[in-house]
Amino acid sequence: MSAAPTSADVIVIGGGIHGCSTALHCALRGASVILLEKDHAGRHASGVNAGGVRQLARHVAEIPLSNVSMALWHRIGELVDDDCGFTSDGQVLVAETEEDLANCKARVDDLTLRGFHHEELIDGKELRRLVPAVSESCPGGVISRRDGAAIPLRATQAFKRKAQEQGASIREGVRVEKVSRDGKTWRVATNVGDFLAPRLVNAAGAWADRIAADLGEPVPLEVIAPMLMITAPLPAFIKPVVIMVRRKLSFKQFGNGTVLIGGGYSGRALRDENRTVLDWRKLATNAGTVWDLFPLMRGVPIVRAWAGIEARMPDDLPVFGPSARYEGLYHQFGFSAHGFQLGPGAGAVMAEIIATGRSNVPIDGLGIARFTQQAP
Amino acid sequence: MKAVTAIDQFEESYDLVVVGAGPAGLSAAARAAELGIGVLLVDENPAPGGQIYRAITTTPVGDREVLGADYWRGAEIVARFERAQAGYAARCTLWSIGPDETAAEGEAFEIGLSLDGRARLIGARQLILTTGAQERPFPIPGWTLPGVMTAGAAQIALKSAAIVPAGRTVLAGCGPLLYLLAGQLAAAGAEIVAVLDTTPRGNWLKAAGALPNFLRSPYLAKGLRLMAKARRSLRFVGGVTGLAAEGEGRLASARVARGDAAEIIACDTLLLHQGVIPSVNLSNAAGCAHDFDEAQHCWVPRLDNWFGSSVPGIAIAGDGAGIGGAESAALRGEIAALGAVRRLGQIDLAEGDRQAAPLRSELERALRGRRFLDLLYKPAPQFLAPPQDETIICRCEEVTAGQVRDTATRLGVTGPNQMKAFLRCGMGPCQGRLCGPTVVELIAQANGTTPAEVGYYRLRPPVKPVTLAELAALQQTEAAVKAVVR
Ligand SMILES: Cc1cc2nc3c(=O)[nH]c(=O)nc-3n(C[C@H](O)[C@H](O)[C@H](O)COP(=O)(O)OP(=O)(O)OC[C@H]3O[C@@H](n4cnc5c(N)ncnc54)[C@H](O)[C@@H]3O)c2cc1C
Repeated sequence: MSAAPTSADVIVIGGGIHGCSTALHCALRGASVILLEKDHAGRHASGVNAGGVRQLARHVAEIPLSNVSMALWHRIGELVDDDCGFTSDGQVLVAETEEDLANCKARVDDLTLRGFHHEELIDGKELRRLVPAVSESCPGGVISRRDGAAIPLRATQAFKRKAQEQGASIREGVRVEKVSRDGKTWRVATNVGDFLAPRLVNAAGAWADRIAADLGEPVPLEVIAPMLMITAPLPAFIKPVVIMVRRKLSFKQFGNGTVLIGGGYSGRALRDENRTVLDWRKLATNAGTVWDLFPLMRGVPIVRAWAGIEARMPDDLPVFGPSARYEGLYHQFGFSAHGFQLGPGAGAVMAEIIATGRSNVPIDGLGIARFTQQAP
Repeated sequence: MKAVTAIDQFEESYDLVVVGAGPAGLSAAARAAELGIGVLLVDENPAPGGQIYRAITTTPVGDREVLGADYWRGAEIVARFERAQAGYAARCTLWSIGPDETAAEGEAFEIGLSLDGRARLIGARQLILTTGAQERPFPIPGWTLPGVMTAGAAQIALKSAAIVPAGRTVLAGCGPLLYLLAGQLAAAGAEIVAVLDTTPRGNWLKAAGALPNFLRSPYLAKGLRLMAKARRSLRFVGGVTGLAAEGEGRLASARVARGDAAEIIACDTLLLHQGVIPSVNLSNAAGCAHDFDEAQHCWVPRLDNWFGSSVPGIAIAGDGAGIGGAESAALRGEIAALGAVRRLGQIDLAEGDRQAAPLRSELERALRGRRFLDLLYKPAPQFLAPPQDETIICRCEEVTAGQVRDTATRLGVTGPNQMKAFLRCGMGPCQGRLCGPTVVELIAQANGTTPAEVGYYRLRPPVKPVTLAELAALQQTEAAVKAVVR
């Protein structure tokens, strides 16, 4: 075997689903790629998230990227030679009051006007058909039928393996320590030496602000530790993923009967130690919501709880696209606890932008300039 | 001793919480309480004693000869603990350990306890984990058949309920506990048709260097007694190189290989044992660093000479600190207690050293012959990682050895945490206790690496399951409410 390359057309920092997807799509376009990951691919947010492949209730600025992604999720096996455990039973947003439902309707109408049709208003009857366990008092909700879930680490590693097969050099255990500019070339210093490339993608997740700051584009990234719990198996009682309008809850039963409970409650992240600390009081609140809404769950044991280290931006939108400062630098981070679904599509669009300088998929509102440049 | 029998009887916070009421935990709690520290000892079992002295205060086994003099020594340890002013909560599980985020300074933890179906978070300034050892997984073809169980499980049934396995019984594996149990079961009237010894013959040579120390150790007399007793009265088959449990729907026989020779032994019960290893689930979930110990071939926590772990304020004593046996467990517990008492400021370093000195020399004596035993009873590779692809290695998720090997090589999986995502091994209710060491071994063998390089599962709390209702109803103490509001 020849020695691993130290220079390439593109260097990607970060082996989460975003870095791996971008590496794959660049390789598919014929570029030589080196991906540098300090731990192993999928060690962080991309490997431990809830696996929700959700378009439902997304901010409009993300919907175009999310659409590209959803199309890829539905043929994920062809793309990465692994079905990634992807199943599509829809995701349902439950309205608990008439007022909630009216807001849902306004949202769906607004999306329709913008030409997006993935969200669909449903009445109480359809809601109970889809989610029989939900309380009689809920008047309806919204469904996104093509949504679903996948197995996070398996998906991320499938992207990694496929990128590798397409010729990308994936370097795990390689930590980027400093990035500098050498004429038109990026010099990326790591614990195993320097790597060189004319194009550099910052997909470093909850550590991406450091890379950005190094390059003179500081961003107000918050490091969060969203928490999840999983139960012992229960008889099948719910197919779609359920989220609530009014409360912090997401809920998904797997094929083996176990139920994943989330709600966006955050523990504490210690990003320099690769460690998180759970906040049991918040998890107790999270459990309390389930206790209220799904009485049949009350006696079930919680068998595991955990948190992942994730990057959150103040507006809950990712930083995506070319640098506002340098040519040949691209940012892809800050997915604010909903970036797993976006991984496949964001990588495809990023590779297109790197290769051709543009993409037809609108990414307005996601650029780094919104943080680095003063409003006029 | 002050018994705590309901969740609301716990204090808000203790200076020291000890987890596990075996010899190490009982001795640690007693020593610290004798020095005036506010101590709580919790254990999930209904009575103190741990594994070795299980049910020491309640056992229905009346004939003292059956369990032997070493067992009854436990009564003294329990009596000392009962005289001390420590809190004791039986049937109480500890399910989480985290830093106390509200503490102003110093070492402080928040721990989750569950008792009688109710959970609560309380404070602890120091923790000593004395959760002991577990049996090393011993996966062989057919080990999931009814009629096959671990030697340890048979011993629990004997000690706590005077239950002796029914019908023709075979014991298989290696290590002192196997011979001890053979003797105990025989004395209790079990029909033992064979003891199959898997100790690799080559181990005798490897252990020879450690023999002089062993000959001067307390293990010797005890070990020889056990061995002699087992050999004298029972059919003893040495040099076993292969083993499978066979039967349709339940165990009917054990297939035994000794090199090229094969034998089938009809039996109703097969008891398996391949030595014990530290039970690391709690210390791992608490974030303590562990290293792979080549001699004992298992993960052990990284400890200082007060048994303090890499997490300041958490100490680990007893067999959880590395296998050493009951006598060393009690001594380690006391030294760990002195360390905690010193960190709490109750005694100074000089006083701690003074009190620890006699314990340390006794400990050295107690451990003198250990290395010989470690080397002698180091399991053969084929019993650490089953060569037959169909052998189940994760019982919770029914994962086979072949699947792990295939995933390691074909998908380039290098560690057990990644393996979970593909095969779900380690994600069942046992949290990897039954498959972790085997998965690590299989990955190492498949990729040509070592267990140390492969690493171990990152364990997630709750370390023991809590119900959704318990969690939802977590008592919000006044202090906690204030902290949340602020
Ligand atoms: C508990 C939880 C639940 C979630 N649930 C969902 C969900 O249901 N649906 C959904 O769509 N999203 C969900 N998310 C969000 C989603 O997981 C993330 O948005 C997404 O995985 C981000 O991917 P990434 O590649 O940007 O980041 P990461 O996966 O964090 O990858 C970044 C990588 O960069 C590496 N890195 C950082 N710095 C360096 C350096 N200097 N040198 C080398 N490597 C470096 C890191 O080690 C890391 O592996 C959830 C997140 C969490 C934590």
